[in-house]
Amino acid sequence: MSNLYFTEDHEWLRVEGDKAYVGITDFAQEQLGDIVYVELPEEDDEVAAGDSVGVVESVKSASDVLAPASGRVVEVNEDLEDSPELINEDAMGNWIVALELSDKEELSALMDEEDYKAFLGEEA
Amino acid sequence: MNNTNYNTLIFEKSHPGKHAYSLPELDVPAVDLDSLETPLRKELDLPEVSEGDLIRHYVNISTKNFSIDKGFYPLGSCTMKYNPKINENIARIPGLSKLHPYQPESTLQGTLALLYELQEYLAEVSGMDVMSLQPAAGAHGELSGLMVIKRYHEMMGNTNRKKIILPDSAHGTNPATVAMVGFELVEIPSDEDGSVDIDELKAVVDEDLAGLMLTNPNTLGLFEGHIQEVADIIHEAGGLLYYDGANMNAIMGRARPGDMGFDVMHFNVHKTFSTPHGGGGPGAGPIGVKNFLAKYLPVPQIEKKGEEYFLNYDYPESIGKVKAFYGNYGILVRAFSYIATMGGEGLREASDMAVLNANYLMERLKKTYNLPIDKVCKHEFVLSGIKDAPKVSTLDIAKRLLDYGFHAPTVYFPLIIPEAMMIEPTETESKATLDGFMDALEAIAKEAVENPELLASAPHTTPVRRVDEVYAAKALILSYKDMLNEEN
Amino acid sequence: MHRYIPNNGALLDEMLKDIGISSMDELFRDIPQDLQFKGNLDIPGALSEMELLEKTTKLAELNKSSDQLVNFLGAGVYDHFVPLVIDHIISRSEFYTSYTPYQAEVSQGTLQAIFEYQSLITQLTGMEVSNASMYDGSNAAIEAAILSLNAKRKSDTVLISEGVHPEVIEVIKTYLHFRQTNVKLVPLTAEGKTDLAKAEELMGDGVASIMVQNPNFFGVIEDVGAVADFAKSNKIMSIDYVDPISLGILEAPGNQGVDVVVGDGQSLGNGLNFGGPYLGIMAMRKKDVRKIPGRVVGLSKDVDGNRAFVLTLQAREQHIRRFKATSNICSNQSLNMLVASIYLNTMGKEGLREVAVQSASKAAYLKKALLDTGLFEEVYSGKTFKEFTLAYKGDLDALLKGLEEEGFLGGVNLERFGRKGQLLIAVTEKRTKAQMDAYVDAVRRLS
Repeated sequence: MSNLYFTEDHEWLRVEGDKAYVGITDFAQEQLGDIVYVELPEEDDEVAAGDSVGVVESVKSASDVLAPASGRVVEVNEDLEDSPELINEDAMGNWIVALELSDKEELSALMDEEDYKAFLGEEA
Repeated sequence: MNNTNYNTLIFEKSHPGKHAYSLPELDVPAVDLDSLETPLRKELDLPEVSEGDLIRHYVNISTKNFSIDKGFYPLGSCTMKYNPKINENIARIPGLSKLHPYQPESTLQGTLALLYELQEYLAEVSGMDVMSLQPAAGAHGELSGLMVIKRYHEMMGNTNRKKIILPDSAHGTNPATVAMVGFELVEIPSDEDGSVDIDELKAVVDEDLAGLMLTNPNTLGLFEGHIQEVADIIHEAGGLLYYDGANMNAIMGRARPGDMGFDVMHFNVHKTFSTPHGGGGPGAGPIGVKNFLAKYLPVPQIEKKGEEYFLNYDYPESIGKVKAFYGNYGILVRAFSYIATMGGEGLREASDMAVLNANYLMERLKKTYNLPIDKVCKHEFVLSGIKDAPKVSTLDIAKRLLDYGFHAPTVYFPLIIPEAMMIEPTETESKATLDGFMDALEAIAKEAVENPELLASAPHTTPVRRVDEVYAAKALILSYKDMLNEEN
Repeated sequence: MHRYIPNNGALLDEMLKDIGISSMDELFRDIPQDLQFKGNLDIPGALSEMELLEKTTKLAELNKSSDQLVNFLGAGVYDHFVPLVIDHIISRSEFYTSYTPYQAEVSQGTLQAIFEYQSLITQLTGMEVSNASMYDGSNAAIEAAILSLNAKRKSDTVLISEGVHPEVIEVIKTYLHFRQTNVKLVPLTAEGKTDLAKAEELMGDGVASIMVQNPNFFGVIEDVGAVADFAKSNKIMSIDYVDPISLGILEAPGNQGVDVVVGDGQSLGNGLNFGGPYLGIMAMRKKDVRKIPGRVVGLSKDVDGNRAFVLTLQAREQHIRRFKATSNICSNQSLNMLVASIYLNTMGKEGLREVAVQSASKAAYLKKALLDTGLFEEVYSGKTFKEFTLAYKGDLDALLKGLEEEGFLGGVNLERFGRKGQLLIAVTEKRTKAQMDAYVDAVRRLS
């Protein structure tokens, strides 16, 4: 079982120990174009699956980053404050927030990498 | 470019000791500033320039603007019609302009009469009963109108009614306004004509409904034919109908929102009634309501008792004030002037010709450009890319149009049409201008096939070329001081 | 066909033929029969230029303008001198008949003007960023209040000083009512300054900000630094509503720790115009820039590397963020903003200071002269700038009526705001010693 999950809104979630790192997919960054700002949540925020945990902005759009699963924000990627373009350069390698999941069962509702690829194929 | 006057900021022209003002000598003893017992200003870095420097600066930067007086401005949904010059003269008559908002009403009878008459004109054009001139702009009118709707439900004891329904083709101010008034938004998809999908509408209407916001003709420039059915569904569910007046230029003297079942509406006088856009404002957004809502309008209302005009604050159920004083009066005077020079028949001619001009463009352009919905349009229509060059973006077409001396249409709106290009010619454009515009669009369509790079790198002939928006958003240089900091 | 409509006669027929229809009515066949408006709109006209000029001149004659009456009215709208260059510049078609500068390549004039305005306002207020202006002072104030509520979680209340313009408070109350949030008013001290001890009592977890006006509605100069300190110690935002002319001599709010500066820019070269159009000023700290409502222009470059200006931070705005936008505002008061910029550039640092000093000196002269008559008392003991509030010992209505007959707009009767017998008097650099002496004489005679 892989530790990488995907949502239909094009977020990814990677479980590493107690933490789950969340970012947006390469497809999402390509749709947005040049990212100029990433709005980060505050640490200790409690979020439910589907809540916004940040906003990724390009010059012509703003897109909410939705929590793939419920939990508490334990870390935010402050590197993105000065270098939002990191997401354009490597979307899968640059997480936005880290959550402490409250219910790992929720992960079963998410897609794995293969499902996500198939999903992208359908969307196209 | 070597002409430093052309490309510098006013701050870069500043030189210590220069000045452009003149004031008489102070004829009373100068106040001792220390006696004010408050921290005083130590430095004030405003530019120091001579009057000649100042005039030349602004004249030079002005020439970098496109304007309606310079050329065709086919921005969809913006109604960029010619701004008659007399309106400017009327608004500057000292007896109409040098008036303080707190003068006694006895010294304002001419102005109150003018505003009262304007209210009557607006009510006649819209089929509404009572107007308020207070909102400062279209979006502000929307806000005030939705507040009236919310107040109505409050007074009826229906505080649960919080849902405002919008079609997904709506202008961005509509959902933003819904949020600002503390309503909840329900967006419904449009049908293929961009009209309200009746089934979708019925599916979301319930006891929490507060109202529906709509423009008619809709954002695709098409008349919403089943508007009465929509109105019935909303009214039967206890909701109210809000009319966004952005597209009024299509139907003056032909149809009236008040007759279609709308309860509240706003006008954009800077669109329909030719008050100048001023580079982005000021506008004015008067609202109109049916009689049963009149007591909720902002105070004061401008009323007449016998032969005397007065400001009536005595409406205890009013939403209150949405703006200090009475509205963007100077703009309202221009709207009054315009309507008086047009008359009822002239307004109808304006709408007729606006619609004719739009159809004239649409019929020829649809041969070269994709027209998603091929029906008789009202004052505007939406194209969707070049038939023979599907990969060329609307942005590139728009930028290339600038090289031909035309302003670009509204692009990428409405959101429901991919690569949308929304064209609104207005009634004040001549056949020759329209023909020239179509020649240009057809030439661009040809270029798009033969030399797409020419479009991708356009514009080529404008004061500056394509601007780096990403750099602007990241660097955030928002003032002269930021600029100096960035340079160091 | 009307003179503003170019296509008629043969041209019209040609166009109809090209479209393939025979009459204009066919273009409206999609409007259901029973919705078609039959008959003519009941609007008189069309008036010729001569007729309209005659009609409006007659209406103007029913008014009494500030050309006829010596104006001592203020309360947020001031009869400062408007330098003549302003009308020449804003009458250029390139400025007043252009649209919002969405197409940057053909809008550099407006965009540069906005960038310079932002620069001027940040200099004037001592703040770090300014937007491109809002509808007016009252709307800038409510936007600032909303901004503070959005910035603090679980907040539901703003503190507003009773020294803020009553109509501004009205507007804030209207908006906040519909958002289920509260306004708590902070009373004034005997000096006429915002009572921070009372503000402390009104504090609670839900409070997001405190707003004061300086100089306040009654003319009294507030202790802005103390208000900012109060806000800091309570971890709320401080909002200062300013008269920009006063900043010619008073310390910039940005240097006193204020978080947001708002105000009305009318006094910066905009005529009286019966209450509008003016412009709302809004400036703040750069760290909060993404919370700012309205348009903002940034410096950039074009593909050739040339300096170019462009609308930026648009992802905050209604046309992109829609339901989640920072505000629903779409327009700015661009032309009034241009007026304010030209005014500040015309006056420069010496001129603005001179206007402020002259206004303050003349106000001090008139205040003393009126108090010397023995007919008035000061309502507040605090120091004032160009405006002051006096209590009249006689019948104020009768006095003001008499003054009007003698050619004076004698001040704002504060009875309209529930303060019977109180008179708010404003003095600008335009008033002469002779006018003020005549005014005092008339007051003596009429009392």
